[in-house]
Parts: sequence; structure tokens; C-alpha cells
Amino acid sequence: MIEIEVLGNKDTRSGFGEGLLEVGKINKDVVALCADLTGSLKMDAFLKEFPERFFQIGIAEANMIGMAAGMTIGGKIPYTGTFANFSTGRVYDQIRQSVAYSKKNVKICASHAGLTLGEDGATHQILEDIGMMKMLPNMTVIVPCDFNQTKQATIAIADYDSPVYLRFGRPVMPIFVKPDAKFVIGKADTILEGTDVTIIACGHLVWKSIEAAKVLEAQGISVELINMHTIKPLDKEAILKSVAKTRCVVTAEEHMINGGLGDSVAQVLIQNDLVPQEYVGVNDSFGESGTPMELMTKYGIDTQNVVDAALKVIQRKK
Amino acid sequence: METLELKRIASQVRRDIVRMVSAVNSGHPGGSLGCTDFLTVLYFDAMNHNASNFSMDAIGEDVFYLSNGHISPVWYSVLARAGYFPAAELGTFRKMSARLQGHPSTDKKLPGIRMASGSLGQGLSNALGTCQTKKLNGDKSIVYTLHGDGELQEGQIWEAAMYASANKVDNIISTIDYNGRQIDGDVEDVLSLGNLSQKWQAFGWEVLSVDGHDIDELKSTLAKAKSMTGNGKPIMIIMKTEMGQGVDFMVGSHKWHGVAPNAEQLEIALNQLEETLGDY
Repeated sequence: MIEIEVLGNKDTRSGFGEGLLEVGKINKDVVALCADLTGSLKMDAFLKEFPERFFQIGIAEANMIGMAAGMTIGGKIPYTGTFANFSTGRVYDQIRQSVAYSKKNVKICASHAGLTLGEDGATHQILEDIGMMKMLPNMTVIVPCDFNQTKQATIAIADYDSPVYLRFGRPVMPIFVKPDAKFVIGKADTILEGTDVTIIACGHLVWKSIEAAKVLEAQGISVELINMHTIKPLDKEAILKSVAKTRCVVTAEEHMINGGLGDSVAQVLIQNDLVPQEYVGVNDSFGESGTPMELMTKYGIDTQNVVDAALKVIQRKK
Repeated sequence: METLELKRIASQVRRDIVRMVSAVNSGHPGGSLGCTDFLTVLYFDAMNHNASNFSMDAIGEDVFYLSNGHISPVWYSVLARAGYFPAAELGTFRKMSARLQGHPSTDKKLPGIRMASGSLGQGLSNALGTCQTKKLNGDKSIVYTLHGDGELQEGQIWEAAMYASANKVDNIISTIDYNGRQIDGDVEDVLSLGNLSQKWQAFGWEVLSVDGHDIDELKSTLAKAKSMTGNGKPIMIIMKTEMGQGVDFMVGSHKWHGVAPNAEQLEIALNQLEETLGDY
């Protein structure tokens, strides 16, 4: 019987806000930059505690990324904050040249990622950011699954001398990672051990996959669930070890199927152990206005989609 | 440094530039020759920097960002002649595995370079970040930048311009290579900058102007700019230059923006530039 203790309900962006404040206390070199979304990014607490280390850039994301890169000269560890859309697509070239190619220790912290930004609609619902960021050499890509893990990841990246893309979101979701869990960059968490199918998920889809695993369990299907919080560098060992047992995979993410976590997993499988894979993700489509949960259902990234994909992929291995 | 000595260095830098680009039949000689006098005065007279022990963090040192990265030949030559790396390495410019990439980069760890540039418009933002870090560190050093005039067509420049004055970033001295040329022709025809001095003043910057080929004036203007730092305003120097300065068949034309001289043209050019420090 699957039992995952729910410790509360919060948004992952609040985990970022708490983590930023805490890492600011631990590490005096941490500085924060924001492009006019301090409240949305939950950066107010850091601003209040460390006003001299907080930089309000205004609605000028290109300048924010460029400045963050320049701030590393002299030893600062800049955390930039804005929505995922304006953290990536809008400033791809600035990230590419000034951060990734120049290998600067900048932490690009991106909130309101994916469909679950909700009512603002497709202009703000980026579903391509994981792909863009993972393609950049030198870039580490992290998509934590809940409030606690986002807080832990926010703290952990300060000690990781590398450009990092940290992706989180807006909706209130269940908290299930223990508050004292250790976040290890590049090391996947196995949440459930099972034998019939491996589900590899990131971000909000980890919770959806827990729900799906319960549904599948009721049908007699044993799910191994991996929380792949680090998309790059990818924990290949965890994938291969799991599929050696289950012989099939479902990947689940709040992102385009093109270029996301699923494609990273598929590369590992194709080159090492070719087992059937099904994707749960958005299929080459922009989003639209709606509540987060309505949108997840409409665009095929809800609990039922994970269940259906699991049943399908199990059929394919026979 | 004495003006005569600076002129001798500049002459050698110009020789380096035309030889570097000619050797690989690529690169950007026009803007490089136009900014030779400025970069020579900057590195040999104005800046406080440590060439023999390059530090990425530049604690207690002035920092320079070349925002218009395509004029890398002049920067590489000045860095080498200042002692950051052996002048012989100039012969590897744009070649496979070289530290002297076509546009400046940090990934091959060439001493003297702290940020990649080439995609235009980013250097001013980079510099402002370093300015803020220096302020946090209590470091009184200055951050310098150089920009092409065509580069000012990039929107990011104006985001940074607005930030600098609004936040009283007063430890920056920026310079514009105002040669009036860009790849497709005259800046005035491609996309006019209008009244450049008034634009920067309207953005809240102190604006100075200088003849970019008068060594004495460059020295005094940079000294004046330094004396103006710490007064709550960012400083911009609009530097009038000629693209291709020092080589008669290149001067004043956009045609040598990104074209290298052939062997015959190189010989003509070298005959106009005295070898002062020894060719690499």
C-alpha cells in the first residue's frame, strides 16, 4: 500500500523565497537580482533582511542577466528572479554568452513555469525552457518537485560553482519531501520502489505521478517512481538501474514533449537499454487561460494521463 | 607614461593587428585600428591592473570589458604587449585550439579576459554588475567599457544606461568608438543614433568627448573621467575615431570592418607602421 505522508500544502516559489533568505544568512556572497517581480518570486524576505544585497533591476531582464554575470567578478553569487518565460526565452542570448559560455556562477531562478501559472495564459506559460537551458553547455538544470525540495535546492546551488537554471512554479501543491532531506544535485530520488513500470517525473508531475501510482496499485501494477529533479546532469545510473528491473518507462513533466526530461531519458535508453517509453507532456501546443488544474487536464499532464501512459507502455513491453 | 612611448606602443599594436588578421584572412582590422590609441592609453597609462598575475576576481584592480568583441585583435595585442601573455601567441589568433578565439572568450582561459563578448550590447550590463560587486566589496577600483557606435542600436545598452544613472553607479567609465561606420555602411544611413551626446545626457550620464587619435587628449580625458568618478553619476566618453586609422587605404571606410588585407596589401600597410617593439 503506497503511503506518502503529506506534510502540508504550499507553492514551490515560496520554497525558493525561504531558501533564498536562508542561503543569504549562510553565505554572505549571495546577492539577489529581480526584474520587478519581487512579490511574485517571494524575494521580499531576502530584500527585507539584506537590502544592500538586493538589486531591483526593473523590467529589463537582459540587463539583469548581464549584470548578474558581471557581479561574479569579485566573488558574488547572484540569484536572478523573474518568471520562467522572461528568465529564458527573452534572454537566451545573454545567458548563452555572458553566463553559460563565460561559465559564470549565476543562478537563474525561474518561477511561474509551465501551464500552472494559470489564468495569465500562453504568453506567460513557457513550456520550452527546460529544452533551451539543457542545450546550453555548462548549464545545470534543476526542477524540484515541492516546497521543501525547492527550498533545499535553492540552498544547495550556492555551493555548486556553475551556472544553474532552477525552475519552480506558482500553484499550491502537496509537500511530501522531508524538511531535513539532503538535496544532491544530479542524484535522483527514488520515491517508490516497484517492478512493473518506471515513472520518471520532475516538478509538479512528481505529485501527479504519486497519485497515478496509487491508481495503478489498485489495479495490481507495481510502480517505481523516480523524482528526476536534476535534468542536467542526468542521473543515468538511476534510470538504467530501474529499467533493468521494470523494462519500461513513462516520463512525466510540465513541459513540451519536444526537448524536455523525456527526451533526455530517451537518449539514455536508446544508447544503453532500449525499452519502451511513453511521454506525458504537452504535445507541441501553446497553453491558454484557465485554472492550473483545468489546464493540466486539458493539456494531458494530469494524473489520468500518467496512468494511461503506464498502462500503454506496459502493454508495449509484451 | 610618456606620450612618445605610448605612440611607439600603438604603432606596434597596429602592426600586430594587420599581421594577425592577414595571417588567417579573417577578423576585424578597421575598428581595431581605430581603437588602438585608446586601448594603448587605457592599459599603459590609465588603468590600475596587474598583467603578470591575472586574477578573474580583480580585487583592488580596475576592470575592462570590450563590449564590441569583434575588435579582438587590438585587445589581444594590447594585452600581450602589456604582459598578460607572450606576444608570440598573437600568431595563433583564430586558429584551432587557440586561446585567442575570433571573439574574446573565457573558456580557454586567456589571461586578461573576464567575459565573452561578440554578441553585441552585453558589456555595459556586465560592467554594471562588476561595479556593484566592487561597491559591496568596498573596492574603489574603476570599471571601464568600450562599445561600438553601431552597437548602441542594441536595446540592452539602453536598459543598462537607465539602470546606471537611476542607481548612481559612479565607478564606471564607458567609451564609445564613434567612427560612424558599421558593416552595412554609415551608421547615419543604417540606423541613425541622432544626437548621441544628448541621448546619454538624457539618460543621466556625464558625457565627455575626445579625439580618439590624440594620445595627449586621451590621457587627459581619461584622467578627467577618473577624477569625476564617485560623484553619483556614470561617465560616458564619446570618442571620435576613424575606422582603419594608421593605414591609408583602410582609413575612413566601412569596407575594412571585417575584411583582412592580402599579402600585397599587408606589405603596403606595414610600410606605414613603424616596428617599435619587435614583431611577434
